[in-house]
This record gives sequence, C-alpha cells and structure tokens, in this order.
Amino acid sequence: MTSSAKAENALELTDLSVAYRVTGRNRAVLRNLSLTIGQGEAYGLVGESGCGKSTVALTVVRYLPRNGSITGGAISLDGQNVMKLDAEALRRARAESVSMVYQDPGKALNPSIRVGRQLTEIFELGGVSGQAATDRAIAMLNRVRISDPVSVMQRYPHQLSGGMQQRVAIAMALANDPSMLILDEPTTGLDATVEAEVLDLIAQLRQELSASILFISHNLAVVSNMCDRVGVLYAGMLVEEGPTEVVFNDPRHPYTVALLRCLPRGGQRKDQGRLDTIPGFLPGIGADIKGCAFADRCALADDRCRSELPPLYDLGGRLSRCFHHDKAQALPRATPSDVAPVPKPAAAPVLRVAGLNKTYASHGHALRAVKDVSLDLRPGETLGLVGESGSGKTTFARLLLGLVPPDEGGTIELEGKALAPRLENRSDDQIKAMQIVFQNPDSALNRSHSIRHLIGRALKRLAGLSGKALEARLNDLVHSVRLTDRHLAVKPRQLSGGLKQRVAIARAFAGDPRIVVCDEPTSALDVSVQAAILNLLADLQSKEDVSYIFISHDLAVVRYLSDKIAVLYLGRIMELGPSEDVFSGPHHPYTEALLSAVPKLDQTETARIRLDGEIPSATNPPSGCVFHTRCPRKIGPICEQQEPPLSEAQAGHSIRCHIPYAELARLQKAVVAEPA
Amino acid sequence: MVFLGGQVLPGNVGRAILGPFADQRAVDALNHTLGVDRPLLTQYWSWISNFVQGDMGTSYIFRSPVAPFVIDALGNSMKLAAVAFVLVVPIGILGGVVAALNLNRPLDRIISLGGLSVTVLPEFVTGIILILIFGVWLRWLPISAAWPRDAGFFTQLYYLILPSLPLFLVLFGYIARMARSGMIEALDSDYTRTAVLKGLPWRTVIWRHVLRNALLPTITVIATQTGYLIGGLVVIETLFRYQGIGSLIFTAARGKDFPMLESGILTIGIVYAVATLVADFLYSVLNPRIRLGSDQ
Repeated sequence: MTSSAKAENALELTDLSVAYRVTGRNRAVLRNLSLTIGQGEAYGLVGESGCGKSTVALTVVRYLPRNGSITGGAISLDGQNVMKLDAEALRRARAESVSMVYQDPGKALNPSIRVGRQLTEIFELGGVSGQAATDRAIAMLNRVRISDPVSVMQRYPHQLSGGMQQRVAIAMALANDPSMLILDEPTTGLDATVEAEVLDLIAQLRQELSASILFISHNLAVVSNMCDRVGVLYAGMLVEEGPTEVVFNDPRHPYTVALLRCLPRGGQRKDQGRLDTIPGFLPGIGADIKGCAFADRCALADDRCRSELPPLYDLGGRLSRCFHHDKAQALPRATPSDVAPVPKPAAAPVLRVAGLNKTYASHGHALRAVKDVSLDLRPGETLGLVGESGSGKTTFARLLLGLVPPDEGGTIELEGKALAPRLENRSDDQIKAMQIVFQNPDSALNRSHSIRHLIGRALKRLAGLSGKALEARLNDLVHSVRLTDRHLAVKPRQLSGGLKQRVAIARAFAGDPRIVVCDEPTSALDVSVQAAILNLLADLQSKEDVSYIFISHDLAVVRYLSDKIAVLYLGRIMELGPSEDVFSGPHHPYTEALLSAVPKLDQTETARIRLDGEIPSATNPPSGCVFHTRCPRKIGPICEQQEPPLSEAQAGHSIRCHIPYAELARLQKAVVAEPA
Repeated sequence: MVFLGGQVLPGNVGRAILGPFADQRAVDALNHTLGVDRPLLTQYWSWISNFVQGDMGTSYIFRSPVAPFVIDALGNSMKLAAVAFVLVVPIGILGGVVAALNLNRPLDRIISLGGLSVTVLPEFVTGIILILIFGVWLRWLPISAAWPRDAGFFTQLYYLILPSLPLFLVLFGYIARMARSGMIEALDSDYTRTAVLKGLPWRTVIWRHVLRNALLPTITVIATQTGYLIGGLVVIETLFRYQGIGSLIFTAARGKDFPMLESGILTIGIVYAVATLVADFLYSVLNPRIRLGSDQ
C-alpha cells in the first residue's frame, strides 16, 4: 500500500443502489446509500431485519445472490473502485484487503476440511507454504486466544463449540491483515457469555490491528459498545448517522427514537409501564417510496413527509433524514405506557415443584439434565429461567409439560393436585391448564391450515367449544392478541414472524391455561415486534391471571416480564428469588457473571467479569460446587469438595454458594455491577 | 418372502416338468421326490437352512445343483454392471457438476432435460432403439451380448458395450440430477462464500471446498443403484440374450424351477444389501461428522 492510499478512506459508498430481481422485476433493496468509513474506524450499521444491512456487506465484497445487482453508485475500498475490478483483481482484493465474518460460524467453516487446512490455504495464497504456513496458522489461532492451537488445527469444525468456531472464523478473516473487516451479526445466536468473549476479542484485536471495521448488528447495545460511529438503516436508506454515543443518547430521527424505546432498559418492569412499539411494517423490498420511508409508521409525519423525500440534514457532525429532526424525540408513543396496577392477593401457588430430577443415559454415562429442582409459582406470576445453553432450562420446561417423564421421586403439583409424570396420563383439564409458546412459530404452526382453522381447532380440542360459542370465543381470542379478521383466512406463511407468534399465543390461550411456558418466544423477532409481543404477554397476564414460565437468554427481557427468577447451571438452581433481588444483587457469582456479560446501552464500559472456558459436560460435572471451575470468586478447596446447599439468604431469595451473603454483598459492591 | 411368492404361483411343479400328457401317478411320484408335497413350513426350513450353508438346492429342470448356475450368471451380470458403472458414474457426475456450474444457462437446461428424458424411457425401449441403430442399421456393434467361447477381455468388452448403453441412459439422468442438486446446495453454502471471500482462485474453491461436500449424497445413490445394475436387468439380459442373473431368474420362473428362482432372487437381495452397506461405509469414511462423532 502506498502512502497516498493510506490517506484514503477505508470504505466509501457513494449513492449505492442495489436491487434484487424477484418475479421478473428489479426491486430496490438499497436506495442511494452513501457512507464513509475512515482508516481504523469502527462503523456500526443497525436496523431491523429486511432493511438491507447484510446487502451492504455483500455488495462491498461483490458477493450478491444470483438475483442481486448493483443498479447505481460506486464502492471504493482503499481508494480502489470495487465495481471496476475484473475477476482476478477482485479475487486479489478479497485475498488482501477485505475480509468478512458472519453469523452462524458452524456453517461458515467447511465441514469436511480440518481447521488447520482451512487456515493454511490462506497463507498459501500469499506464497507461504508447508511448515511456515502451519506456524503462521498457529500464531493466528493464538492471536484469537485459542488456548491449544496445535490440537485445534487437527480438528474438524463440528468438533469445536460455537464460540471456538467463531474465533477460528475471525482468525481466518484476519489472517492476511486486511484493511477492512466486515462483521455481519458475528455474535447473534451465541450465548451471552460467549458473545461477551467474542466481543472482547474483537475489541482487543482492534487495538492490535489496523483494520477498519464495518459492524452490522440488530443489537443496538452491541453496536454501542463496539463502534465509534453508527448509521441507522431503514428500507435501504440511511436515516441517521453520527458518533455512537450521540446517536443513542440523543437520537434525531423518529425511527431511531422508536427503536430505542422498544427495548426494556434500566431495569424496566411490566408493572412500571408498557414498552413502546412501532406501528405498521417495514416497506417490502422494491416498494414504491415517495416521501419519507418511515412516514407511514411515524406519528410526527405530515403531508410534506409523505410526498417529499427528506434530505440528509447535516446537524454538525451528524446526519438525520427527517424534516422534523429537531423534535424527533417528541415522537408520541405508539403504545400508552400506563398499566392498571394489579393488586396481587397472596394466593396459593398454582404450581409447586419439589425435588425434580431428570437423568438421561448418554453413551453409558448418566447425564443429569435437571438436578433437585424445587420451586413454586403463584397465579399471575412469571418465573424467568436464566442460564447458558445446556443449563437445563428447556429440559425443565419439558418435564413440567409432561413431554419427558422426570426421575422417580420428584413431584409436580398443579393447583394442589399431583400431576402424572407423563402427558398421556394427565387429564384433559390438566393438559389444557399448561400450554407452551415456542421460539420459532414457523415450525410450530401447520403451514397448510388457515389461521382460523389453527385457532378454531385449539378451541375445539382444548376448550371443547363448537358452533356459535366457538365463533364468539374465536373472535374474542383473536382480538385479545390484536390480530384482525383479515388475518383469519390466510395461511401462516403469509404472516410476518410477529403475527405468527401472536397466532401461537392465541392457540396457547385457547383453553384458558393456568400456566404458559414461553420458550424464547421473542428471540427470533425484531425489537419492535418483540416489544409488542412482550406487551401482549403482560396484558394477557394481568387480564387472565395466568402464570408464565419464561425462558430467554435476553436478561433485559426476562427482567421486564418476570416476578421471580431461577438461575440454572448444569441443571441445578444456583439462585432463586424475586426478580428485583436477583438482578440488583447481591447475587450468586454465576448470576453476576451473566449480568456482566450483557452489553448495555446505558452505560460506559466498567470492569467486566468474564467466564473462562465453556460450560462443563453434564455427564461429568465438576466435584463440589459445579460452578467452581469457572467461578471468579472461588474461595478455596471447599468449593471443589463440597456442593453448597441452596440456602435462603433473605426471605424468598436463595443462593447456592459457600460465600456468606454479607460477604457477597461486600465483594459485589466493589464492582457495582449495574444490572441490565 | 421369495419363498412364499414361489409357492403361491399357480401350477403344479411335477406337471410342469413332465408335460401335460404324463401320467398323474408319475407326476405325484416326481413331486414326492422333489419334496414339494411336504408341508410348507418344512419345505421352507430345509430350503433356508441349506441356503445359508451354501447349498442352493437342485434345479428341477437341469437335475443338477443350482449353485454353479447362479454363480456363473452372477459373474456375467457383474461384468455387464461394471462396464455400465465405469461409463455412467464419471459421466453422470461430470454432467451434474457442469450443469450446476452453468445453472440456468442453456448447457444446464440441455443436461438436465436430456438426462431426465432418457431416464424416464424404460430400458427395453432404449435397448431396442439402440439395437436398431448400432446393431442393425450401422452394424457397428453385435446385437447379442453372448460372446463367442474363449473370447478375450477386449472382445467381451466389445460385446458388452451395446447392452450397457441402455443402462447408462437410465442411470445418467439420475446421477446427474443428484450431483447437480448437491453442487447447487454446496455452491450456495456459507462455507463456499467463506472460501471465495478468502480470495482463493475459483478452481481451488470448486475442487477443495465444493466438490467433496457436494458429492456425498450422490455416492449413496450410486451405491444403491449398483444393486439395480447387477440384479435388476431381467429385461436387458433377455433382450440381448445375455446369461446374467436376470435372465436366469426369468427362465427359472417360466419353468417353475423354484430352487433356481428362489436362489437367484435371494442372491440379488444379498447384492443389494452389500451395495447399501458399502454405500454407508463410504459415506461415513468421507464424512468426518459421522466418522469422528461430535465432541460437544
């Protein structure tokens, strides 16, 4: 690279337009997008799914899908016009100056080639081969903090965990010291603790390397921690851009304002107010947009917004594509915040679980997926289940539902009556009293039936209704989940993810359940849709007095909806207590680490607690306290020898730790782990 | 299954062998010698227990042990299958790969449509057409696969080309289509994107990253087709008067020679089973996911 090229911007997009050809028509995905990333800068691109974020990334490396084409504008990478490159020059650009890491590292690595080979082939391109290439590959793996690179080189990708796979992918991307690194949702789908590790790694590498970064994410908090500047994309247009801190703390476009309001923040809870939502939908790709793309969903929009495309106003170091940028934050709420306070009488528990165990046999070893879990749940309460994947959250839910039978000895009581371990031995009333909403409504709804049929069938089966009564209840139910009659005739695939999840919720509520298990119900949804679903769940709860068992890896979401929290690790409850106590602490060291792993919007980086390594195998759990192998607050041999009991530290708040409660309080005050 | 099928076929064994004019007493006596008047279960037991010991019984028609006939015929069938296999596998895979690399371009259309249309034609139709063209009309190739006695390797090969062509046509479309769809999936995969974005030359991407993953499912299909190639050739072998196992079974069925028929069919069953086993084995050798299991 010559010194004159150094002065160039790392990436410059000028009036870039991209279209996908669908059913014979070119449909615009990116519309006159211009942005600039300086040398060494980290630029975040945010927006809901479908707004064109990934298309930007794929366009820069010229890897659009077959039906995609660049319809206008220019891309300049290190001063080089990417669009003018011939095949060989493009290949060289990819090899030398731009790299990309994307979501789902398990698919990004070739399943039938050893990790080492996938790395060395990059060095071979640069003329380094044999032992020299191997040495450099090992050095690269060391650089991404892989502790045993020599053995990792010999493995196939499927033998590595998700976090390790993503490290390998990052090592591959950085192998040739690119000047531009594109990260497209690099941590989506990873556990919160793993996500924190990968983000830390990227942050550290930024110090060591000169690469500029284009960071694409739907997670505003992640971007706010990682990036210097941020651009907000909506319908393929840049609607706001500026320094990250400024944009997130003082947004000047109604869309940014609304996005930020959808997130439960600062420990917000369901009884303190509803989340705001964004009404309507993102315009489809290729939609004919006359005025401001966001006008249809914006409460500030006037006639001018609908007829005239607002320019990007320069507000001194930041940009906003809104006529009303000065009063964007006065955007009226789409959903009123107020909630009717629900006085909660101390009713008898609707669910009582005592001494529940589940052991699977795995290759001759006993795998204790759930160990000695006891808890109870009152009507109208939400129990949040928290823990990394593999901690036993889903198994616990399946035990409750009777999908798998627990080991002998434990009891599940519903409204004071013991439940049979297996679903087929439970009475109809018991079955309809406990329902589930899954993470992925796509696979949970039969695609060949209409929505009316799907909900009607549930009413027939679970509520035993027919004829007029069924019609009446169907209408009630459909309105209570805020679907309209228009949606009844269509099939699931014609609905968006959020609407499908509403159908799934309506179906779960068809038989007036006492308990609904929500297994990651919003993790596949965009934040604005997530907010609407969370509001809906909260509303239904206060109306019907139903209890939830809420499983989610998003702690802010769990906190918003839960009255009680159970923190699980290797099938054991590590901490159990009222939501506020668990989140505000003092808490179990594991809870502390989980909370500290979550990227936060509201605060600058404090010292974070990191969990090393991976969750141990449940077939061979560590001796003593199962968390001692990763515990940042381990006190000594006692942790390795004796499993601490789950002891009540305060009324209703139990912690499984050898460290006394008062001592935990003192230790954790020093860090002030501000909750999510 | 095979055994019962043989039993429910209409007609009396002794009558079939001795002809319509034989004395009823002679027919009964023959039936008794052959043991076909014993209870079904007894017959089944003696047949199956003999078979697993390598004794396939005695042919009703030839009055001599069945085994040499079956082994000879199997050998012949394997020769034919080998020729067809060597022709169709590389060309079929190549066709599929080329089609996938030229997705939705004319070349892809020609290969896909062409392969499909020859595949749906039954082999006796293509067989007859090919005999007419190359055997009768052009006189390039012998119309019968029965080579002269003491024929050498190349002569045998020469005689086998024409019968193997219909098999080639049947399988080509099938294999090409599997290879094509495997290729398309692999080309669209994230790991191929990774390989391209590493800046690897296109040729390396294809050879190193795409082909191996793309062709895994095809291998299974090919191996299951091997069973068909060896055992399912009744029509072709009859058409070309070739002494393979297909024509052996056909002759045995017509003559109600049950030991022969049953042994032949069971042998084919074994060939199918072995072919499938080999396929599974190959698949697991080539796929590290299965070979090594998962640590996680």
